[in-house]
Amino acid sequence: MMEGLARSSRPLRWAIRRDWADAAILVAAILAGWTVASWLLGEAVLPTPRGTWLRLLDEFGDPDFMDHLEATVRAFGTAMLIASAGGIAIGLTLGARRLAGDVMEPVLITLYSIPKIALYPIILLMFGLDISARIAFGVIHGIIPIIIFTMTALRNMPPVYARSARTYRLTPFRTAWHVLIPAAMPEIVAGLRIGFSLTLLGTLLGEMFASQYGLGHLLMRSMERNETSTIMALALLLFAFATAASYGLLRLDRYLRH
Amino acid sequence: MKPADQGRAVGEGHVVLDEVTRVYPARGRQSAVAALGPVSLRLRRGEFFSVVGPSGCGKSTLLDLVAGLSLPTEGSVHFEGRRISGEVPDGVAVVFQEDACFPWMTVFQNAAFGARHAGLPRTEIRERVDYALSFMGLAGFTDAYPSQLSGGMRQRVCIARAMVMRPRLMLLDEPFGALDQQTRLLMGEETLKLWRDTGSTVMLITHSIDEAVLLSDRIGVMSTRPGRFIEIVETGWGRERDSRTAMDPRFGALQSRIWGLLREESIKALGIA
Amino acid sequence: MSRPAALRLLLVVGAVALLEIASRLAWIDPISFIPPSRMAEGAWTILASGRYLDDIVLTLATAGAAVLLSISAGFAGGIALFRFPRLRRVLDPLLLSWYAVPVFIFYPMLIVLLGLNRWPLVAIGFLFAVAAMAVNTLNGLERVPQVLLKTARTLRLGRIDEIRLIILPASLPFVFTGIKLSVVYSFLAVIAGEFILSGAGFGYQIAYAYNNFDNETMYGLMLLLLTFVGLVNLALHAAEQHLYQRRVPRDG
Repeated sequence: MMEGLARSSRPLRWAIRRDWADAAILVAAILAGWTVASWLLGEAVLPTPRGTWLRLLDEFGDPDFMDHLEATVRAFGTAMLIASAGGIAIGLTLGARRLAGDVMEPVLITLYSIPKIALYPIILLMFGLDISARIAFGVIHGIIPIIIFTMTALRNMPPVYARSARTYRLTPFRTAWHVLIPAAMPEIVAGLRIGFSLTLLGTLLGEMFASQYGLGHLLMRSMERNETSTIMALALLLFAFATAASYGLLRLDRYLRH
Repeated sequence: MKPADQGRAVGEGHVVLDEVTRVYPARGRQSAVAALGPVSLRLRRGEFFSVVGPSGCGKSTLLDLVAGLSLPTEGSVHFEGRRISGEVPDGVAVVFQEDACFPWMTVFQNAAFGARHAGLPRTEIRERVDYALSFMGLAGFTDAYPSQLSGGMRQRVCIARAMVMRPRLMLLDEPFGALDQQTRLLMGEETLKLWRDTGSTVMLITHSIDEAVLLSDRIGVMSTRPGRFIEIVETGWGRERDSRTAMDPRFGALQSRIWGLLREESIKALGIA
Repeated sequence: MSRPAALRLLLVVGAVALLEIASRLAWIDPISFIPPSRMAEGAWTILASGRYLDDIVLTLATAGAAVLLSISAGFAGGIALFRFPRLRRVLDPLLLSWYAVPVFIFYPMLIVLLGLNRWPLVAIGFLFAVAAMAVNTLNGLERVPQVLLKTARTLRLGRIDEIRLIILPASLPFVFTGIKLSVVYSFLAVIAGEFILSGAGFGYQIAYAYNNFDNETMYGLMLLLLTFVGLVNLALHAAEQHLYQRRVPRDG
C-alpha cells in the first residue's frame, strides 16, 4: 500500500507542474490580448499593461495613496472579520436546527438577490458617513453567502456523524467543535471565498458612493476625471489581491479535503 | 408462539426491554406511524443476539431504543438494571450501517475519538487504539485517511473505534450491509473474534438469515411493521464457532425454520412498501 | 401551509410590525426612516401616478438585454469549460476575483466603446451575470450521470441527438439555476450602475430622491423594487423547484 502511494505521486507532480505552466500561458495570453486591445482602442481609452504597471508603481510612491489604501484595508479587514465570524456562527445555528433552517433559507436567498445598493441610503442614515458605514456595506454584501454555505453544509452533513458523537456521549458543544465544524469545513471555506470577493466589492462600493477616503473613492474620482490609467492601475491591484486571496483559500480547501 | 421472555419482571438481564413500543407522531399530512412493538426482550450478559426481519419492520428503531438514541413511546428499556432515558449510557458502543468514519481524521484519530473524549490518558489511548487496529488488521494504516481506504476497511475502523471503548454492550446496525458477500463472511468471523475477546454482549441487526444463524446464540425473528418478535430461536452453537459452522447439519434446519417464519412477513412487507 | 412557511410569514409580518411601531414611536430617527405603512403609501402613489413608468421600462429593458446576452454567452462559455477541463482549472481562481472588482469602474471606457447610451450599463450587467451562467451550465453538464451517456452510446445516437435528447434535458435544472442567477445579477448590476452612474432609470431615481431628502419617494421606490425582486424570485424559485422535482432523484 505504501508503494502504491509513492507511485501515484509522480503523475501528481507532473499535473501540478502542468497547472503552473497553464497559468503562465493564461497570464501571457491575457497580457497579449490586453496590449492588442490597447493599440486598437488607443492608450487614452485603454492603457497598455506596461503603462498600467508604471502608474501603479507611481501610486505606491504617493503618500496620499497610501492613506487611501490604509483606509480601505481597515474597512475591508473589519468587514471581513465580522462577516466571517458572524456568518459562520449564524450558519451553524441555522444549520443545526432543522426548523430554523427551513424557515430562514428562502428569506436568506431573497435577501441575497436584493440590490443592496438600494439599501445604501438606509445604512448611511443609520451609520453616518464614517468608516462604520463602509464596514456595514461590506458586511451586508459578504455575510449572506457565508451563512448560506455554512448552513447548507450542516444540513447536508451525513446524520451518522452527529449520531456517532452521541453514542460517544459528547456534549453539544464538543459535538459542534470536534464534529460539526470539521465536517462542514470545505463548504465553509467555499463560502468564505465568495464572501471575500463580495465583502471587498461592498466595501469599495461604499467608498465609491459615500466617502472621502479609500480606494473606492479614488476610483470614483478617476472615473469623474476620466483618468483611465489610474482606473486600470487600481483595478489591477484589486484583481491581483483578490486572485491571491482566492488562490490561498482554494489551497486551504484542497488541504482540508485530504 | 410467544417469545420466551414475555411476562417476566424487569430486573433480570443485561438488557431488558419491557413492552416497548415506538410510534412516530403525525406530521402535517402524514399520519402517525406505529414503527415498533410491543416488544419484550431480555439479553443475557455476554450473549450474541441477532435480530432478523423484513425491510421496514423497525429493526433499526429497536437498536436506537436500546442504544438510548431515542425514547420509547410506551414501555421501558433497562441496561444493567438502570433505566435508559434520552442519553446513551456508559458502556454502550454502536456501529452504524452508514460510513461513520470522519474524513478529516486519520485512521488512528478516528479510532481514538471516543476514548479521547472520555478523558482517558494519552498512553492508555495509544495502547488501546494500537491493539484495536491490529486486531482489526489495520496496523499499517494508522496515518492513512478514510478516503484512501476501501468500504470494508472503513467499517473496520468504526468497529475498532467502538472496541477501544471496551463496551459491555455492542450494537451493530447492519454494519456489513454495504459490503460484498465474501468480505461479509470474513467480517463475520472478525466479529466473533471481537465478541470472544471483549466478552461484551452483542446485538446485531441484519437482514441476512445466514449471517444471523452463523454468528448468534439466539435470533429474534421480527414481523412486519409494527415489528414484534414472532419467535426467538436458539442456535446452541459453542462459543468457539467460525464460518465453518455453516457445514453443521443443524445450520440448514435453522435457516429453513427462520425463512419459514419470515417468508410470509416479507411478502406482506413488500406489498405494504 | 407548511410549518416553516407559516413561521416565515410570522417572522416577516412581525419584523414589519416592529419597524412600524419603532418608527412611529420615534425609536428610530424619523428623519432617516419612515414607517412601512407610509412607504407602502408612497409606493402606491408612485405606481398610480405612473410618474416613473419611463424609468421602470428603461431599467427593465436594460436588464433584459443584459440577461439575454449573459445567458447566451454564459451557456456557450459553460460548454467550452466542459469540453476543455484544463481551461477550467486555470480559470478557477480567477472566477472570484472577477466579482471583487466593481465592474462599474470601467464605465468611462465602456462609454467610449459603446457610446453615451444604455449599452455601457447593459455591458456592466452582462459582465456581472455571465460568470454565474457559465459556472452553473458547467455544473449541470458535469452532473449528467455517466450511465445516461453510456446509454446514448448503446443506442448509437449521433452527437447532435445525444446533446438534444440526453445532455440538455439532464442538465436543465442546473442550467435553469444559472438563468435564475443571471436574471438576479443582471438586475442587481443595472440598478447599482444607475444608482452610481447614470442619469435615468429606476436606480437613478432612488439616488435622486436620496440626494433631495425626499424620503417618501425614496422609500416608496425601494419598496417597489423589493416587492418586484421578491416576486420575480418567487416565480423563478417555484419553476426551479418544479424542474428539480421532476428531474433530479431524491436521496434515500
